[in-house]
Amino acid sequence: MNLTLKVWRQDGPAAAGRFVMYDATDISPDMSFLEMLDAVNEQLISEGQLPIEFDHDCREGICGTCSLMIDGIPHGPQLSTATCQLHMRKFADGDTITIEPWRAAGFPIVRDLVVDRSAFDRIIEAGGFISVATGSAPDANLMPVPQAAAEAAMDAAACIGCGACVAACPNGAAQLFTAAKVSHLNLLPQGQPERLMRTVNMVDTMEEYFGSCTNIGECTTACPKDISLDFIALMNRDYVRGKVKQRRLTGQRA
Amino acid sequence: MLETRPDTLDSKVPNGTLEEKWTGYLNSMKLVAPTNKRKFKIIVVGTGLAGASAAATFGELGYQVEAFTYHDSARRAHSIAAQGGINAAKNYHSDGDSIYRLFYDTIKGGDYRSREANVYRLAEVSNEIIDQCTAQGVPFAREYGGLLDNRSFGGVQVSRTFYARGQTGQQLLLGSYSALSRQVKLGTVKLHTRAEMLEVVLKDGRAVGVVVRDLTTGEITTHSAHAVVLATGGYSNAYYLSTNAMACNGTAIWRAYRKGAQFANASFTQIHPTCIPASDEFQSKLTLMSESLRNDGRIWVPEKAEDNRPPNQIPESDRDYYLERRYPAFGNLVPRDVASRAAKRQIDQNKGVGPLHNGVYLDFQDAIQRLGRDVIEARYGNLFEMYERITDENPYDVPMRIYPAPHYTMGGLWVDYELMTTVPGLYAIGEANFSDHGANRLGASALMQGLADGYFVIPYTIGNYLADYLNTEPVSTDDPVFHEASAAVRDRLNRFLANNGTRTVDWFHRELGKILIEHCGMARNEAGLEKALSDIPALKEEFYADVKVLGENETLNQSLEKAGRVADFFELGELMCRDALNREESCGGHFREEHQTDDGEALRRDDEFAYVASWEWTGESSDPRLHKEQLEFENVAPTTRSYK
Repeated sequence: MNLTLKVWRQDGPAAAGRFVMYDATDISPDMSFLEMLDAVNEQLISEGQLPIEFDHDCREGICGTCSLMIDGIPHGPQLSTATCQLHMRKFADGDTITIEPWRAAGFPIVRDLVVDRSAFDRIIEAGGFISVATGSAPDANLMPVPQAAAEAAMDAAACIGCGACVAACPNGAAQLFTAAKVSHLNLLPQGQPERLMRTVNMVDTMEEYFGSCTNIGECTTACPKDISLDFIALMNRDYVRGKVKQRRLTGQRA
Repeated sequence: MLETRPDTLDSKVPNGTLEEKWTGYLNSMKLVAPTNKRKFKIIVVGTGLAGASAAATFGELGYQVEAFTYHDSARRAHSIAAQGGINAAKNYHSDGDSIYRLFYDTIKGGDYRSREANVYRLAEVSNEIIDQCTAQGVPFAREYGGLLDNRSFGGVQVSRTFYARGQTGQQLLLGSYSALSRQVKLGTVKLHTRAEMLEVVLKDGRAVGVVVRDLTTGEITTHSAHAVVLATGGYSNAYYLSTNAMACNGTAIWRAYRKGAQFANASFTQIHPTCIPASDEFQSKLTLMSESLRNDGRIWVPEKAEDNRPPNQIPESDRDYYLERRYPAFGNLVPRDVASRAAKRQIDQNKGVGPLHNGVYLDFQDAIQRLGRDVIEARYGNLFEMYERITDENPYDVPMRIYPAPHYTMGGLWVDYELMTTVPGLYAIGEANFSDHGANRLGASALMQGLADGYFVIPYTIGNYLADYLNTEPVSTDDPVFHEASAAVRDRLNRFLANNGTRTVDWFHRELGKILIEHCGMARNEAGLEKALSDIPALKEEFYADVKVLGENETLNQSLEKAGRVADFFELGELMCRDALNREESCGGHFREEHQTDDGEALRRDDEFAYVASWEWTGESSDPRLHKEQLEFENVAPTTRSYK
């Protein structure tokens, strides 16, 4: 296949960016999208041009490092698929493909297609854990977890933290990511003691970095792991409950 | 306080019976009082399962921790890609499992090339890991009654593997990462992301700190501590094509090796039998299909060579279920090394399937008929989807094609019972050390070992070292040793950038990979290893003369990052071949063609090679020096490993 790529190049966080056109020639349909970019980079280096920087690592769709806006869609045209698992057979010979970084205020551009997603880590640090020091845990079978609860928690926990949800959202909101993380723990018996405090702290931190949710739903469509919008509802309910409880704790009436 | 490296290896295995060793150690080791822990600083490099769990636990205990990862987040380390599960001797299913059996299976699975005391401790703490992770909220699979489910993995005859769909590594890592994040917020751990360790700093023979490059700004910084823990994973990417993530590399442990930490059993690499075969030469990595698939999938090739019929048109009578035929007791669940070699043998006989004839079939038709499609989908749905995305073939209808690929390295930095390398104050945990898997790792044991080291071993053993340094300050980063180390790092980076070569880093990496997989892969022989030992240095020389790295240091520059990693892979690859050449026997993943039984099984030579081969760096222009740690088997008598 022969393709034309329209790629966002930006020298650094403060530099002005621009689109640059490249030819991608002799591309095999069995190549992954990132292997196609590897081939283009090899070509660029041999011509003495700086290669395109892009984030990637496991190339199995699980680490959540890869992050490209392909023709305006996070992770490209194939549903439920991260960029690294997208293959060139999904494109046609002669296509022009536009490749951009995630575009969101919460994810500043580092260089070219690489963005800074550390705001996600700040959300986890605010409460995305169960406080259990090493060695203090009881026997694992002491507390049965209904299978349905374990499965629902696992559905939420499947989030790979790639940021496609934020990139897809017109508001640059991070509700789907945060809801997945909150729900994973809030659905489990082990997560109950910190449930409301966790939700309030994580949501409040999220709002420091990201836009507000207006229930558009682009996030769930873009999600390579099909995280459900239902989790946002779950998070919102716990957030309200948590806020009410906080008012009680400060002596105000609910 | 001057300490010199010991001339002989002291494994520091405690006295007593197997069952008494770890307890005895805990009862007699030196302690650091809770109020004194904050006076000590520990550096942890790498935030995968081992690194994140160690850093989090150090933080909980009250130590000052500095942790480094080259990823943009601590949650992305390659532990995340482990699919199948994690072993523990819980015996929740009353199928006869015990700590002793887990120990025995691991020793046997490793083909009697690991240290009994370490492996027994691993089995002992395995149960605590499951407790810890469950309490953290790891959503392990459950039965309807709400209790934990288990499945079976290769090389064992009990069900002891805990799992979270096909994403066990991800869930365990998210657990460790959440514990680490909690400590970051509490301020006990200072976490540096997109920060790559490029040098270990020693003073008077002790590890006192590291040199780190900020991958976004190129800034070189130095960090000092009372102890340095390397949790930087394995080196399968020396082969270029492997199941490892693209950035996985051996630089941290190689830099430590060049500073005096001995490197053990470098040739013990695991080639995993169930990966998706390469489709073309641009392939950047190989994708693993979880070993758990072998619980229900049947492996076969056409009975006749060069049978090009589509699989569904090949009748039962023309199929060879070669694992079931050769190994009736374990069938498709033989250990990885055995399954890989068996697949290679079929392909060498021109029975390979698929467009490039580079695979064997893993067929689920029988399981689908027996259990129904729903059950198979519940068990392996996400793996089937992944397979279809990559190959465009639907494994519910057409058998999967699989082939072995480099996956894990049992070799690594030599460590004693306390997980300390031969450099005092420098520790290696997880895949970065050589310790527990001998010559072959069993499935679902890597996650167990990483978390055992990080949560339940090093948090204790490090205190035994630190206690002697109470009320001493870490060496100042103004000390000349730090200036020299950071200058050396700068010189190395500048050398790549100033090189006016013609070929890319990836080109050299691919060429190195071809040499290693051919001569130091699933089968090795003297002539091939000798050839590799002359080809690799020649390629390395060409690399330094002709590599082309564009751009500058002071910005994100992934080619520059790769250049340093590949440069170290040349030297590490050479050591792999040297170690393989030295070990004139076959054991586990190390198969020397000169040493096999009449029916092609590995032939171990316990009289001469029941030792850990530990190599000491002696300089650029001289060969490394071999040290031997004799392995004593007091509890398990080494026998010929049979899975028949």
